[in-house]
Amino acid sequence: MKRKIIDFIIEKIIFLCGVLSIVFVVLIFCFLLKEGVSFFKDYDVFKFVFGKLWYPSSEPAQFGILALIVGSIYVTAGACLIAVPLGVAAALYISEIAPAGVRDVLKSCVELMAAVPSVVIGFVGMATLVPFVRELFDIPTGLTAFSGSIMLAFMAMPTIVTISEDAIRSVPWSYKEGALALGATRWQTIRRIVLKAAMPGIIAAIMLGIGRVIGETMAVMMITGNAAHIPSSIFEPVRTMTATIAAEMGETVRGGMHYKSLFAIGLVLFVITFSVNFIADLILGKKKRK
Amino acid sequence: MRFFKIFALCFLIASCSHPHQNDDGGRESIQIKGSDTIVNLAQVWAERFVANKPDVNVGVTGGGSGTGFAALFNATCDIAMSSREIEEREKTLAQNKKVSPLEFKVGLDGLAILVNKDNPVDKLTISQLRDIFTAKITNWKEVGGYDEKIVILSRESNSGTHMFFKEHVIRGGDKNSKEEFSPRSLLMPSSQAIYDEIYQNPHALGYVGMGFINAKVKALSVSVDENSEYIYPTSENVLSGKYPISRPLYLYTNGRPQGLTKDFIDYALSDAGQKIVLETDFVPIKAVSI
Repeated sequence: MKRKIIDFIIEKIIFLCGVLSIVFVVLIFCFLLKEGVSFFKDYDVFKFVFGKLWYPSSEPAQFGILALIVGSIYVTAGACLIAVPLGVAAALYISEIAPAGVRDVLKSCVELMAAVPSVVIGFVGMATLVPFVRELFDIPTGLTAFSGSIMLAFMAMPTIVTISEDAIRSVPWSYKEGALALGATRWQTIRRIVLKAAMPGIIAAIMLGIGRVIGETMAVMMITGNAAHIPSSIFEPVRTMTATIAAEMGETVRGGMHYKSLFAIGLVLFVITFSVNFIADLILGKKKRK
Repeated sequence: MRFFKIFALCFLIASCSHPHQNDDGGRESIQIKGSDTIVNLAQVWAERFVANKPDVNVGVTGGGSGTGFAALFNATCDIAMSSREIEEREKTLAQNKKVSPLEFKVGLDGLAILVNKDNPVDKLTISQLRDIFTAKITNWKEVGGYDEKIVILSRESNSGTHMFFKEHVIRGGDKNSKEEFSPRSLLMPSSQAIYDEIYQNPHALGYVGMGFINAKVKALSVSVDENSEYIYPTSENVLSGKYPISRPLYLYTNGRPQGLTKDFIDYALSDAGQKIVLETDFVPIKAVSI
């Protein structure tokens, strides 16, 4: 009897833990919605999303976040272009090609990369990468979307490498044995069989990597220059949505327009990350059904 | 172990409920309110002022110069901090409330325009600065430098320095002006970040407090217009009012200060108090050395 009661209680506690994560997401979303929507009562949604000027503390204030959205997209896209090929290739090497000794060292190094705090990455980037980028490309300043992309690629790499490596390693041996027995070379096996079979896992890894990049704040704030201007190339300063919220939240008047506008930005950010995850889920679901 | 815990708990409760002495008996306090620029300075003054006066309490709160005056007129504070002179409108308001504000100049705040050491430009007029920060001038050759783009560095819009610079340089003190920082200006999270970028980037230009001037960067001499003398930002030039981008810092009291309020003002104007002005990167109104 006593056992049953304990079983029952523990089961309920675990259930509660599971439900809590959902509750938190819903609560956060409701809070964002409440503050954000009350902003749109006083400010046109269209003007907010497609407005080009961001002067939140002027008279009259301008809350156009197009430049911020474009800034976030530039930095994220750049980081993905760098981190995805590198990360997937690294995962393939670690799980398929590297000898055991090298693999252990590489794996722990990659995991160590994940442990570097973003603010440290930020000021390492500021001291080394920013001057280097400026001189290399002969541009007016090194505080650009490109520098931000490189540093963020660093931060997304560990996520992409560890999760895709797991996916690649969980491809059954029999697939590879079959391919090799049919006379495929090692490279053909990896490219046609292993990579294909592990694809859902790799896509999940990439999506998680993107999630990490788009939400990153500190490093971005320190090295992208924060100019709220729509950039014509990746070698110009940009201002991201996250950096804007972080930089301005501290000094706004609670309940004021500026305060609410930052929540509205948070809402936009939430919608973007949510759609990225949703699309990823759709792709994965389709793959599985086939 | 359990005994010890209970003992510790009892001790904790006892120490919490132990009545504080001096709670009302003879404890004096003064309230200081106003400019956010001076808050940090006044905070340090207050800490040192009460250091060896256990029965004295000094409260310092910000809110802006206007808030400080309003509080002084409503007798909710003893000293108002202001980074501007009292306006005519406020003077009449004070008369209606039978308050006679008395002004004490306690320090000065000067902004230095910094450029990289390798930049050949070493002087600018206020109107040139205005054109640079509003992106009407975008190349250094237009103001006598190399043929390079100008990288404008500014503080975030919530910074008091940002506001001061906007009002006094970009808008030239004209309250009806709608001029803004160019969206291309890079908004840096701190004065230190501005300094760091200028230190390594020969194209950059930015404004910081005078405390940041040193041999590794170059501070520009500034003049009101082309026919006037170009003034280098030194403590003497700020003190004499010759350097154009500076403002006095004031404390205001209601009539001749008495008692504790007088002691505090005297302390702020004493050598020790003026040393703190220098420590917090403002300019003392008389020569002191750290």
